[in-house]
Amino acid sequence: MGNIFVFIPLALIALTAAVGTVTSRNAIHSALFLILNMATLAAFYVVLQAPFIAMAQVAVYAGAIMVLFLFVIMLLGAEQLEGVVARGRAQVWLALLLGIGLIVSFGAALFVADTPSANEGLLDVIDASPVAVGLRLFENYVFPFEVTSLLLLVAMIGVVVLRTYEQRK
Amino acid sequence: MAEVTIEWYIALSTVLFTIGALGVLMRRNAIIIFMSIELMLNAANLAFVAFARHLGDELLGGQIFVFFVMTVAAAEVAVGLALIVAIFRSKQSINIDEVNVLKG
Repeated sequence: MGNIFVFIPLALIALTAAVGTVTSRNAIHSALFLILNMATLAAFYVVLQAPFIAMAQVAVYAGAIMVLFLFVIMLLGAEQLEGVVARGRAQVWLALLLGIGLIVSFGAALFVADTPSANEGLLDVIDASPVAVGLRLFENYVFPFEVTSLLLLVAMIGVVVLRTYEQRK
Repeated sequence: MAEVTIEWYIALSTVLFTIGALGVLMRRNAIIIFMSIELMLNAANLAFVAFARHLGDELLGGQIFVFFVMTVAAAEVAVGLALIVAIFRSKQSINIDEVNVLKG
């Protein structure tokens, strides 16, 4: 599942970008770090033989979603709108404590769980071309796909309702 | 030389998820909290794709599910950012400590 010399640098970049996302004072910097993180994950997807997902990651996440984020940040002028980092130091320590608890419980779960073994070793190549992904999507996952369309419709109606309500006010 | 196995990817995904969770808990800027949630969703996606590769699943379940996660993320961001803009217009702030009343 990839070469160690590919994994380590990519993992370091992904972690650095993630830390940058949550620690930057400036929201624009956070967004740019998040784009870097998503691009790195796209590289991981290529390594993991999911080329179509990698392209979708770059186009949908790093492209569409992050452009929306940057657009709203710039629209509101919300780069530095933080003021106090947290109400009192106590919240920071509590958050760190909870974070450590989370990672420890994840680690314990990983340690205890039986990781499912790969089917007959590790297949050298899995067919995840756009054609294969599309066929699986429409042959085996039609119902979730349709539910997804409903979800998008609801989101669209929600945004329109929110706007018209605001204008009427 | 150690081979990169599924555990490495799960560990990376775990750490990324925890960083995202810490971002949600520690930051006050609603937009950065949103970005931290995206970080957590991406960490879950990495685990999905890694397991799809690990299991060599014929049905590509892990990879297909990533699509659904992406769709949910897109819908969530559209509605969430619209809410943030609406809140900013009425309160002139997106600091979540100052947005603690539901009334507009």
